[in-house]
Amino acid sequence: MSDIILEMRNITKTFPGVKALDDVNFQVRQGEIHALVGENGAGKSTLMKVLSGVYPHGSYTGEIFYQGQACRFKDISDSEQLGIVIIHQELALVPLLSIAENIFLGNEQQKFGIINWYEAITKTQAVLKKVGLNESPNTLITNIGVGKQQLVEIAKALTKEVQLLILDEPTASLNESDSDALLNLLLELKAQGISSILISHKLNEVSKVADSITILRDGATIETLDCQQDEITENRIIRGMVGRSLTNRYPPREVEIQDTIFEVKNWNVFHPLHEDRQVINNVNIHVKKGEVVGIAGLMGAGRTELAMSVFGHSYGKHISGQVYKHGQEINVSSIGKAIANGLAYVTEDRKSLGLILIDSVKSNITLANLNGIASRFRINQPQELAIAREYRDKLNIKCSSILQKTVNLSGGNQQKVVLSKWLFSSPEILILDEPTRGIDVGAKYEIYTIINQLAAEGKGVIIISSELPEILGVCDRIYVMNEGRIVGEMPKAEASQEKIMEAIMQKKEVLHDE
Amino acid sequence: MSRMTTTPDQVMDQESSLAGITKILRENVRQYGMLVALIAIMIFFQIMTDGILMKPINLTNLILQNSYIVIMAIGMLLVIVAGHIDLSVGSVVAFVGAAAAVMMVNYEMNFLVTVIISLALGALIGGAQGYWVAYLKIPSFIVTLAGMLVFRGLTLALLQGQSIGPFPTAFQRISTGFIPDIFGNESINLTTMLLAAIVSAALVFMDIQSRRKQQQYRVETSPLPIFILKNVVLVGAIMYLSYLMASFKGLPNVLIVLFVLIVAYTFVATQTTLGRRIFAIGGNEKAAKLSGVKTERLTFYTFVNLGVLAALAGLVFAARLNVATPKAGEALELDVIAACFIGGASMSGGVGTVIGAVIGAFVMGVMNNGMSILGIGIEWQQVIKGLVLLAAVFFDVYNKNKG
Ligand SMILES: Nc1ncnc2c1ncn2[C@@H]1O[C@H](COP(=O)(O)OP(=O)(O)OP(=O)(O)O)[C@@H](O)[C@H]1O
Ligand SMILES: [Mg+2]
Repeated sequence: MSDIILEMRNITKTFPGVKALDDVNFQVRQGEIHALVGENGAGKSTLMKVLSGVYPHGSYTGEIFYQGQACRFKDISDSEQLGIVIIHQELALVPLLSIAENIFLGNEQQKFGIINWYEAITKTQAVLKKVGLNESPNTLITNIGVGKQQLVEIAKALTKEVQLLILDEPTASLNESDSDALLNLLLELKAQGISSILISHKLNEVSKVADSITILRDGATIETLDCQQDEITENRIIRGMVGRSLTNRYPPREVEIQDTIFEVKNWNVFHPLHEDRQVINNVNIHVKKGEVVGIAGLMGAGRTELAMSVFGHSYGKHISGQVYKHGQEINVSSIGKAIANGLAYVTEDRKSLGLILIDSVKSNITLANLNGIASRFRINQPQELAIAREYRDKLNIKCSSILQKTVNLSGGNQQKVVLSKWLFSSPEILILDEPTRGIDVGAKYEIYTIINQLAAEGKGVIIISSELPEILGVCDRIYVMNEGRIVGEMPKAEASQEKIMEAIMQKKEVLHDE
Repeated sequence: MSRMTTTPDQVMDQESSLAGITKILRENVRQYGMLVALIAIMIFFQIMTDGILMKPINLTNLILQNSYIVIMAIGMLLVIVAGHIDLSVGSVVAFVGAAAAVMMVNYEMNFLVTVIISLALGALIGGAQGYWVAYLKIPSFIVTLAGMLVFRGLTLALLQGQSIGPFPTAFQRISTGFIPDIFGNESINLTTMLLAAIVSAALVFMDIQSRRKQQQYRVETSPLPIFILKNVVLVGAIMYLSYLMASFKGLPNVLIVLFVLIVAYTFVATQTTLGRRIFAIGGNEKAAKLSGVKTERLTFYTFVNLGVLAALAGLVFAARLNVATPKAGEALELDVIAACFIGGASMSGGVGTVIGAVIGAFVMGVMNNGMSILGIGIEWQQVIKGLVLLAAVFFDVYNKNKG
């Protein structure tokens, strides 16, 4: 066929101890959106890194044909020259530089090394308009949210005359409306003839925009589905991904809710730098023993700030309010005290706040509870290994060894390591911040099962999630948060996506009327 | 599928493929590379100096000359692992030496009291700098750069530009004394040989124990031949060096101090929760903090610890020269820091070993000593040392990237 823009043939890539890609074949047609799906660690990111030259020719076997030509990329600039641009799972923007500076980083509008800022700014304005981002080119990256940062990445790709755009889990940390905006942009680019490869664990998005879907499992191509010919359901994709159908996305569970185990009262928090800005405003929440409570809200609603300020005052200043466990006021003024009082907080930002990336899976799992594997101060190494293996098996963490450095794990497996760390600290109250971000459907199910188990053991679980279906699927009661306040509370029976959105919007109107 | 996800951490011994062997080799190169380099350097100078390097008297001298660098390298390693640096140790050496001299010579204080006060002074200095770094979040480079100037200045003030000495004999023995020979043999110090034999036996015993444990818990171990070779070389080296020293005056007191420090700090770094937490801080301070590690307090203590060790080094240094001078320990911090990096510590923290730092210190020490014997001028010594530092770190980084 002549309309094949990219063909990857028999790609095999090994890392020490792991065959990440095993004879993979992959084809992308001109002007299509091609989704690449698969479980965590299936090799999706690796395949894209091979394609874009992050792993140079020679470090893998197999062949790449782009627009009919055999390609041997030495580095990313080689692939970019041909219009292949990759946007990585972890964004690669410099926080303290402006949008314009980031967009032209490495591709400066210059003559003899002198940057022509007028040209850069004008061009930036043009591409920002194209991606629908209404920000000044001089805004610093730190001052815009992740959703907009994604758009900046795409704008950056556009300035490189992109022909084939690769997006590795672009919507993982976006809320619904930002995700929609991004997907619409992809459709628009497609109309202009730009092909894209989309990696995502959000199968509803995949089935919405994809023209073809390639499924990877354990480093091998399982199949490629053509969405134009037949209607592809999410369940059909899942079957390909995990090798069996998943009848239920959310494991069933017997709910037995008892007394209140944990309560936060009159909680107020101010911004750590702008001390007059109140981030959390008189929040009251409680969790009962055996209950799973969700906190829904848009990005920036203050949910993470609430959780972190409760967890040992790890965020914010001038914190006031009380925290009770079993009706007794407890001291959570330092992280050590919070942990000692049975709290655990699983961060949403696993790379910079959750993991010691240069350390092994084992050391990361035991870090929050070193005393649990030590007699006095000496670490019992065999016991530590046994514990690490136990969690690896229990959470099905894919690693070549528990001594493997976590930096080399796939995103989803990193998440499981962070979760293991906190499970091992045997908390009574567990706060999970976006616990399934970037996690495949099968692993999500496993994590929900663990959450259910914790609740059944009589623990209190709080889940912060931007995915409303997830909140509705797992939680017994849901708080809705907006602009630092609790703006709604509803039991599972009464909750729906519409009602949650309504609660958010209604508060907005009230604020505007004021 | 051919992936090895479910057959993890199994002993890789059996892997007979070429890839397996090269992997084992590479890992062992990384682990023992610096040791091999040290031995190579020693053999090189042994040949070049017509055997002077390993003469008992020179060997003993070499250890005495480098003892204070090793002492500080151990403390510096923990600071570097925690993600910081300390540029002030050279000045602290001078300052503590000067303070000790003033106490003992000017005020005729008892030497033991002096030693205790000096170590406490070191703790105070380390704490003062650590406080700025850990709690006030001032970069350690700047805090200790200031400390370097401050304590050098205070040394000058304290000594009023003069040298103070000599010291009481009891104090000098810290550096110049040898452990007495209880058997009273004329030609060879039997106590030394006995101690060496005991230490060798203990090391081999512990290594076998830990290997057995590792196998019991299905941890990857090095192949048996390499394991045996390693132990034979280790015991051989200990016995040979001890024999050389026994035929001179026996084991220097400082060497015993060094040995105790190396063992104790290796234990702390690798076996204790404290050590693990310090490595975690250097690896990712924020994540460590959110895991309940008291990052500030531990950072503070790594500086206190280095302060004490720098004070000890200051005493050893002064005792060896038998005089406290304003210029004592100048540029010593560079040797100490170089030792840590040669020994595999990472500039960005979270990586390093005590034994690596010690080996690094001896790499520098042997080169200093060997080049001096050869009569190479101080200017070229510096050039060569600089290049060796660069080469060693390059080797390490290159190896890691490949792995
Ligand atoms: N640099 C590396 N060193 C060793 N192993 C690696 C390295 N990079 C990836 N791997 C391994 O290769 C496999 C595939 O990883 P990859 O990141 O491609 O997965 P993925 O499909 O993108 O998963 P996710 O959805 O979780 O992001 C994993 O088992 C991972 O541990
Ligand atoms: Mg990935």
